[in-house]
Amino acid sequence: MIKIEDVHFTYPNGVEALSGVNLEVQDGEFLAIMGQNGAGKTTLVKHINGLLKPIRGTVVVDDLETTKVSVATLARKVGFVFQNPDHQLFSETVEEEVSFALRNFGFNEAAVNERVNWALNLLDLAEYRKVSPFMLSGGERKRVALASVLAWDPKIVILDEPTIGQDNQQKERLRQFILQLNNLGKTVIIVTHDIEFVAECKPRVVLMSQGKIIAQGAAEKILTDPDLVSQASVVLPQITQLFVSLRNEGFPTEVIDVNEAAEILLERISDSR
Amino acid sequence: MPIIETKNLTYTYPIGTKPAFEDVTINVEKGEFIVLTGPSGCGKTTLCRCFNGLIPHFYSGKLEGEIAVSDLRVVEHQIHELAQHVGMVFQNPENQLFALSVEKDVAFGLENLGMSRKEMRERVDWALKTTGIFELKDRAPYELSGGQQQRVAIASVLAMQPKIIIFDEPTSFLDPMGAQKIFEVINRLNKEIGITIILVEHRLDLTSKYANRVIIMDKGRILLDGPPKEILSSEEARLIGVGIPKATRLYQILKDKGVNLGKIPLSAEEAAETLTEALTH
Amino acid sequence: MSMFDGFKFRSVSSTIHKMDPRAKFIYVCVLFCVAVMFSQLIPLLILFIVQTPLIFIARVQKEWLRSMKGSAMFAIVIFLMNILSLYFYGSYESLSVIVERALALTLRFMVLIESFSVFFLTTSPDLLGLALEQSRVPYELCFAFTTAVRFVPVLAEEAQTIMDAQKARGLELEGGNFVKKIRNYIPILIPLIVNAIRRSLELAETMESRAWGATQNRTNLYVLKMGRKDLYLVLFSFAILAVSVYVITYIQIPNVTHLLRI
Repeated sequence: MIKIEDVHFTYPNGVEALSGVNLEVQDGEFLAIMGQNGAGKTTLVKHINGLLKPIRGTVVVDDLETTKVSVATLARKVGFVFQNPDHQLFSETVEEEVSFALRNFGFNEAAVNERVNWALNLLDLAEYRKVSPFMLSGGERKRVALASVLAWDPKIVILDEPTIGQDNQQKERLRQFILQLNNLGKTVIIVTHDIEFVAECKPRVVLMSQGKIIAQGAAEKILTDPDLVSQASVVLPQITQLFVSLRNEGFPTEVIDVNEAAEILLERISDSR
Repeated sequence: MPIIETKNLTYTYPIGTKPAFEDVTINVEKGEFIVLTGPSGCGKTTLCRCFNGLIPHFYSGKLEGEIAVSDLRVVEHQIHELAQHVGMVFQNPENQLFALSVEKDVAFGLENLGMSRKEMRERVDWALKTTGIFELKDRAPYELSGGQQQRVAIASVLAMQPKIIIFDEPTSFLDPMGAQKIFEVINRLNKEIGITIILVEHRLDLTSKYANRVIIMDKGRILLDGPPKEILSSEEARLIGVGIPKATRLYQILKDKGVNLGKIPLSAEEAAETLTEALTH
Repeated sequence: MSMFDGFKFRSVSSTIHKMDPRAKFIYVCVLFCVAVMFSQLIPLLILFIVQTPLIFIARVQKEWLRSMKGSAMFAIVIFLMNILSLYFYGSYESLSVIVERALALTLRFMVLIESFSVFFLTTSPDLLGLALEQSRVPYELCFAFTTAVRFVPVLAEEAQTIMDAQKARGLELEGGNFVKKIRNYIPILIPLIVNAIRRSLELAETMESRAWGATQNRTNLYVLKMGRKDLYLVLFSFAILAVSVYVITYIQIPNVTHLLRI
């Protein structure tokens, strides 16, 4: 479990990024942290694996207080996939890349092999085992970065802006992959500003603005509240925009799913006939 | 005369085993607003680089077929000449700004052309005002947000007054509000100044409403080419897997279940209009 | 790193900041020549003191003090080395003369640091780039210079992100012997270099797309014009040079030791 209590954080250049954040994340949850660029989302999640330490307040991950342990210790539990895979890739082969963290954590050779196999299969990368990561396409490099972070089987996985630059099919595959991770019992936290993606995943949503959490709850509730959404400088999902415009016709406004929307409309249309 | 004409255009990268795109034959008329989309790796980014001469002059490799832009055969003219007819805005705002102040960046292209200081000053101010960033002219690039940086990049291209501007996924790194602002600027350039626009994007929900034409590529070929409403509501578009706007998807689902709304919506506003009509009649 | 603080541009509004970099550069060069000409304590002391008002006019006292403190280490080393070499290899003179000599040579080092420091603290990189351009330095070099300065903060931030990304995979950057430390930096250096190369490729694409190389006669939005203050500085510098040449040719400079009759 992750407990974030009254966390304040200011960067060395004086920018106050977090001003009193309180958040609890249960094991196995799927959470999306949303907000405008600069709201403090990435700053917040960097506190979970100890990359940043709070200036005031505490962050406790599974009974480990982040100010008292090293990043490496926390990293055993918290896998953090950065936005740009090219900030991580450096090895001669995909295999070496995926085994990097495992060696850092002191896994023995047999365990390293087993974990690498598992990770490569999970991400469909087995055929690229001996290939240099620099020879792969953008999408494939993202998968290598994912594989290298999942290799040591952390129970919490944080993905920072995983949908940037991805096409529709890649996003759909990502969405299913996240569900798979969640089914494996992992806690998944994504930092994103991609409304439509979150509307399809329907996680618990934490909305941030100017270093504070302004709302949290089910996606259907949070993403359909026009006031909250504009406060966080985010936009409503297109389906919600439609239903908000049709409010006067007596339609519900907390709709984010296109299939659900179709059902509601079909009912109403057949009723009126 | 079309402003861009290609015939059986095929290109293979120097280290490529198969062509990045092949047999591309399209005509672009002056003043069009084209959204070019398709799954990653379909060749759209590579195709764009042919329009301003980066291919074949900057990137070697094999280019076959014909391509002419603004009546100039691309193969026969240097990039710096083509750059005066075709501007290009790239994905990463940070890597398009090199000067230490915004207005110096906007003047960069004009300085390269050896323009007089007086004329440069006029054009720079005009470009800054048109993109809505005149107040930022003395700021340094690292002080700006991603959206502001991208507007500087657009102003820098605009200052050269090209007839065509190509945007290669310009909003990838921006949040939805920042992206929206950029699309509004691009739309203004097209509707108010008459610049021909080719916009490569995945975010069809935000862009298709501005376009008069959508081209979908897959695996190096052009598969669909036509008006947005027609293309995006088609079954083929859905099967290719591009990000069809939810409003259009809604229209498709209702149609499949026997309810034809008549007018195809690309945005929430259009869908609301169409539905209100359908419900009140 | 504190010695280098004295060379980073500090944006403040002062007369010296507004002056033409070319004039300031001439001044610094003259000071360099004069400092090298003399090895006696008195003239070098004069040179050192003469520059101090400039630091206050430019309002960069804090940074300058930091660079002085930072170079103190070097100064002490230079002082001791000179004492030793003069003692063992110089013609025998009294200890106080040797100390004075060593002090003078250390002071020469400080004078040079001081003048270059004032130059860099008060000259913004864009003005410097512009000065280079107008001094007929080939444009490619000027461009490389300003672009490098523009991207230093970007690369620094990227280096930090890369370190964070690898720390999050269990990389320990502290501790371990020297060899291990170097090995630990490979996962930082390789992504940094690869990304720098990718970035340059994107920059090149942008440059080409904005008509780079269209003409040899590149123009500039800004122009540097030497003002009256700049001209005065240049004349003043040449005056110092002339006086120094006269002094060194015709005047025998006494040692402080002899003056004080130690």
